[in-house]
Amino acid sequence: MSMSATRIGAVIRKELAEFQRNRFILTTAAVLPIVFLVSPTAQILALKATAVSTVLEKRVETGLFLPLLIPVFVPAILSAYAVVGEREQETLEPVLTTPVTRVEFLLGKAAAIFLPSVGVSYLMFGIFVAITQFAARSAVATAVLHAPQLPAALVFIPLLAAWAIWVGLAISARATDTRVAQQLSTLASLPPVAVVALMSFQVISPTFEVAAALAGGLLVIDGLALFAVARLFDRERLITGTKPGGEGAAQQRYHVRGA
Amino acid sequence: MSGSSSSPTRPPRPAPAETAAIEVRHLTKSFGPRTAVADVSFSVASGEVFGFLGPNGAGKTTTVRILGTLIAPTAGSAVVAGLPLGPATAAEIRERISIMPEAPGLYRRLTVAENLEYFARLYGLPRREQRITEALAAVGLADRAQDLTGSLSKGLRQRAALARSLLNDPVVMFLDEPTSGLDPVAAHEVHGLIAALRDRGVTVFLTTHRLDEAERLCDRVAIMSTRLRTIGRPDELREAMFSRSLAVTTAGPLDRPDQVFTGLPAVQGWHATSPTTPASPTTPATPPVNGPAGYVLTVTDPAQAAPAVTRALVAAGADVLSIAEPRHTLEDVYLELVEDTEGRAR
Repeated sequence: MSMSATRIGAVIRKELAEFQRNRFILTTAAVLPIVFLVSPTAQILALKATAVSTVLEKRVETGLFLPLLIPVFVPAILSAYAVVGEREQETLEPVLTTPVTRVEFLLGKAAAIFLPSVGVSYLMFGIFVAITQFAARSAVATAVLHAPQLPAALVFIPLLAAWAIWVGLAISARATDTRVAQQLSTLASLPPVAVVALMSFQVISPTFEVAAALAGGLLVIDGLALFAVARLFDRERLITGTKPGGEGAAQQRYHVRGA
Repeated sequence: MSGSSSSPTRPPRPAPAETAAIEVRHLTKSFGPRTAVADVSFSVASGEVFGFLGPNGAGKTTTVRILGTLIAPTAGSAVVAGLPLGPATAAEIRERISIMPEAPGLYRRLTVAENLEYFARLYGLPRREQRITEALAAVGLADRAQDLTGSLSKGLRQRAALARSLLNDPVVMFLDEPTSGLDPVAAHEVHGLIAALRDRGVTVFLTTHRLDEAERLCDRVAIMSTRLRTIGRPDELREAMFSRSLAVTTAGPLDRPDQVFTGLPAVQGWHATSPTTPASPTTPATPPVNGPAGYVLTVTDPAQAAPAVTRALVAAGADVLSIAEPRHTLEDVYLELVEDTEGRAR
């Protein structure tokens, strides 16, 4: 059975409509980015024109790193809810009785989370850069604009968001409780952030090659993650809460061929 | 024993088509060491309303989930809507059937129409708007399309879920406890909808705890308790389970009931029973010394036995209060089978 854009689109539309009416999700999507924007912006604006170059450099590094947490935390929380939340609402079983495949379902969920998460991240990053250009001292503004972390951040935002989404969906497909899933997925999303942090703070030498290798690695992982998460998405476990049992069941499990 | 040949509340309908909509052979499902469904075989004819009864944990929902391709059987095979059950056909089967689980499973933050729109897209249906309008009209929810499902009563949510199940014009519909938790009025409305489905020729696989519901709506019923205990038309099951009988109530105990009843045409035996409790061949009792007395006669033909019994009672000087053929319900059949199963399990 081929993949259907209509079914993927249906999942995306439904998810986005639900996000708009879910106060918890709206709050999460609004408050976290603002928190990660306000602190570095305030630090940058507080810099004096006479600030020594090392202090300026550190503030710019921090300022450009903190917004990178937005594409990790926001999608981690949303994706952790995606499957287990539907189980708790008892809406998952009716969906699984339709011809939608698990790959279509997961792709739809991932895309619906990816779009607003990346959008908000870029928006916050844009606001941060714009504020520094218009309100910070000219030396500070120039430092931000010419920092190597700026273009790197533009590349890493979607890659980190995709990583956090797949981690969240994988945990959500196995979890039995939404809150536990959200805590676990937030923690599990951190390793690539740690690597980016080490580069931002120059613990790892932030050469173009290292950044490109990390970005390439994340891209490959993000691309393959769909299929790994799809293997964890077991209809039987999700509906009955138990592992499929017996030899025959192992042979006949319905997730063969993505169904 | 009931003398009726079919449920009085169920209107007569043409016999279902001979082709099987569902064919199940030796279906077994185990969850670890626990067997939920054991070696179950049955078939459901196309256009039939088939009742699937059983106590909690009997394997009803598991069977529905297997036939709906949601979980895989441990052993056995099945054909659903003309397709053999298996991973290769699962998605195609899901296009031809619909399942209404016990919980309505609607997105509470979306309107009724948005919920249906989502599922119409998942089914890849053309003319979605028209289908949604028709489905909502069929369940009487046309004027509630723009209401958030979270604001609807349980009965209305159940109707919205039924509308969702109608969207893809299924060949086979699985309804899992569709009236669970509904008040009598809402349950009555759902019964009307199921009857309408039957009239449209849809094969309905109905799991329910409500035996009156099954008796009223179903052409045939199966009673499950991990294994299939019995299957047949409700009246067939009653006849198979209980011998035919006449319940006699007299103003006072007969002096010599054995002399009165023995040797009468079509009467095979008798026993005394309490006139204040429903007569049952399985609950013999000693009639009271004073006041009304009850007797249950096992008969081969109630129409032949009743006049002879009446004449014999009058000849014996008895004041006859009533002679009736006790009507056994599907509930009696169910209780007999389930209690028998539970008794053996103990």
